[in-house]
Amino acid sequence: MQIIVTGTLLGGTYALIALGLTLQYGAARIMNLANGETLVAACFVSFWLFTATGVNPLLGMVVIAPMALVINWLIYAWLLRPLVRRAKNRGMLEVDSILATFGLLFLLQGLMLLGFGGAYFSYRFLAEPFLILGEPYGLNRVVAFVAAVIVASLLYLFLYHTRQGTAVRAVAVDPASARLVAIDVARTAAFAFALGGALTACGGTLLSTFYTFNASMGVIFTMKALIIVIMGGVGDVRGATLAALILGVTETAVASLIDPGLTLAANYALFVLVLLFRPQGILGRASA
Amino acid sequence: MLRRTFNALAISAALLTVGAGFAAANETLKIGVSASKTGPLTAGATAVYWPNVKLWVHDVNQKGGIKVGDKLLKIDLVEYDDKSGPEEAVKNIQRLATVDKVDFIVAPYTTGINLATAPLISRYGYPQLVATGNANELEAFVKRWPNSFWLLGKASDLSTGIVATLKTLRDKGQIGNKVALAHVAEAFGLEMIQSAKPAFKEAGFDIVYETSYPLGTQDLAPVISGAKAAKPDAFVAYSYPPDSFALTEQARIQGLNVDAFYVGVGGALSGYSQRFGKQVEGVLAMGGINPGDEVYKAYRERHKQVTGQDADYWASPVVYSSLQILEQAIVKAGSTDRAAVVKAISTGTFETVIGKVSLQNNLIGRVWTVGQWNNGVLQGVNGLGVDGAKAPVKKPAWN
Repeated sequence: MQIIVTGTLLGGTYALIALGLTLQYGAARIMNLANGETLVAACFVSFWLFTATGVNPLLGMVVIAPMALVINWLIYAWLLRPLVRRAKNRGMLEVDSILATFGLLFLLQGLMLLGFGGAYFSYRFLAEPFLILGEPYGLNRVVAFVAAVIVASLLYLFLYHTRQGTAVRAVAVDPASARLVAIDVARTAAFAFALGGALTACGGTLLSTFYTFNASMGVIFTMKALIIVIMGGVGDVRGATLAALILGVTETAVASLIDPGLTLAANYALFVLVLLFRPQGILGRASA
Repeated sequence: MLRRTFNALAISAALLTVGAGFAAANETLKIGVSASKTGPLTAGATAVYWPNVKLWVHDVNQKGGIKVGDKLLKIDLVEYDDKSGPEEAVKNIQRLATVDKVDFIVAPYTTGINLATAPLISRYGYPQLVATGNANELEAFVKRWPNSFWLLGKASDLSTGIVATLKTLRDKGQIGNKVALAHVAEAFGLEMIQSAKPAFKEAGFDIVYETSYPLGTQDLAPVISGAKAAKPDAFVAYSYPPDSFALTEQARIQGLNVDAFYVGVGGALSGYSQRFGKQVEGVLAMGGINPGDEVYKAYRERHKQVTGQDADYWASPVVYSSLQILEQAIVKAGSTDRAAVVKAISTGTFETVIGKVSLQNNLIGRVWTVGQWNNGVLQGVNGLGVDGAKAPVKKPAWN
């Protein structure tokens, strides 16, 4: 039981890391390699808000998420739209966006190194035991999990039960046809990218309450997010959430029952299995 | 036309040479440094390495410079980033030696990069005073590269320090016999566990739980719950900074109440006690210092004043001492002749912030191995050839 709870909590953390990238890659078609840097930047902002002004990170999200939305919109408008315009097909856009966001990764990392230096940062927030079925778990992780559930449900409602959300999905499935039904593809893609950035920033804010982080750690998160996004099926929010949970529970089970040293191996074994048997992702549909 | 261009070139070349001559006349001591400013090693380097380089240059230049023969030379520092990788570090050292033509080099950061650059540094004849690395079989290493000096002790000294501390506690009847072990699955953790396990067994401890975890993971709840299930009397983790923090937090949350709780690298950082506050009381960690020592106290204050950040309780003063040794050896040698300085280092005795240091066979005989948090400072409780070690005490329960 403890394994399932710990694993589920970990899955929530992973979902937070990956949901933003799902949107950015799935809908806006931008393979954002600077995803982890966005996350770490949010960690820094919430660290700063908490230690300098005493702002609760959960409240901090109210500031950080809109800020990330605007910044990511600007990044899309200035850096990525020219690439979208000149791309002849999806493959070309993917290659170009990988290169461009690879550069962005270094830019963001450099700025953070400049601003905060390379040291480890961490602070204590809700690092209290919280009892679930008589076993203690970190309250900050529980809070992050609950927030992940809320964020994922809101996102699901938005994507599947609103007009704007349906437009985002339409763009994700087929940008060319979406235009035929009067969807402003450029605007919708920009919105999806910005929303993805905001989600990642929310994830960063929550993660900063229990992770020790520094300016050069973004890559670790990008890697994790990438695995989850591909496992879940590109652009599928439900798939990504499911993949995150499966990954969390598997890792915890392997760590508890076999050996914690094997978590990475289990992680990649699962990834390989999915790629072998469902290359389109757990919930992904085979492309026509 | 061509000739004119050629003449212009020749003149500017001549001017450059003259300029270089002037620079040489207006002498400084050129010191090269290459360590991590980006990449995964940055965090550690920012905590213990760079601030001390900065502090040392500041201290030396403020008093007018280093006395070389009858001249007082200020330090001119040339800095490069090794991007946390040995390949880049090797290129940097090469450049420092051949392009910048520095007089001396500050040894790089971490064991791996020091091992990787040792042959090159040795080829150029620079002394290499390693303050942030340790390994086993150093005797053989220094025989091959006699320019390298190791100031943080051997890996086995560090890994077995905690065994001695636990033995002391057991002999006093404060802890039982059961030990849970964890280590990070990376060169450092493996080297530590290799020498630690036989030592634990030899000391008659019962290893009731043993595990490793991958580098970089901070989700360590399963490690702690596994250890808790084994009901140990002591928990020992050969860990790196982010996992040292995560293990401590998990142990507290899950209420892993052992009578001795030990973490590896990172437990000696001032940030560790800042994060956990009063909770660190009684926690054991790799490193240690004699915090009552006046010289160390003054150094700690100056460190804070000049760099704006706190020194740690382990490697920081050692890094600073390595630079003091270099400085005093140059003064002793009376010249910037590298061979003479190497000789001065291996034969001299030096006044440093970690006390009087002399090196036997290029190795230091004075190493702190274990410290215990006590009223916000990490008090050394075990070490080789050190003064001021206090007796370890049983850890109170987390609260």
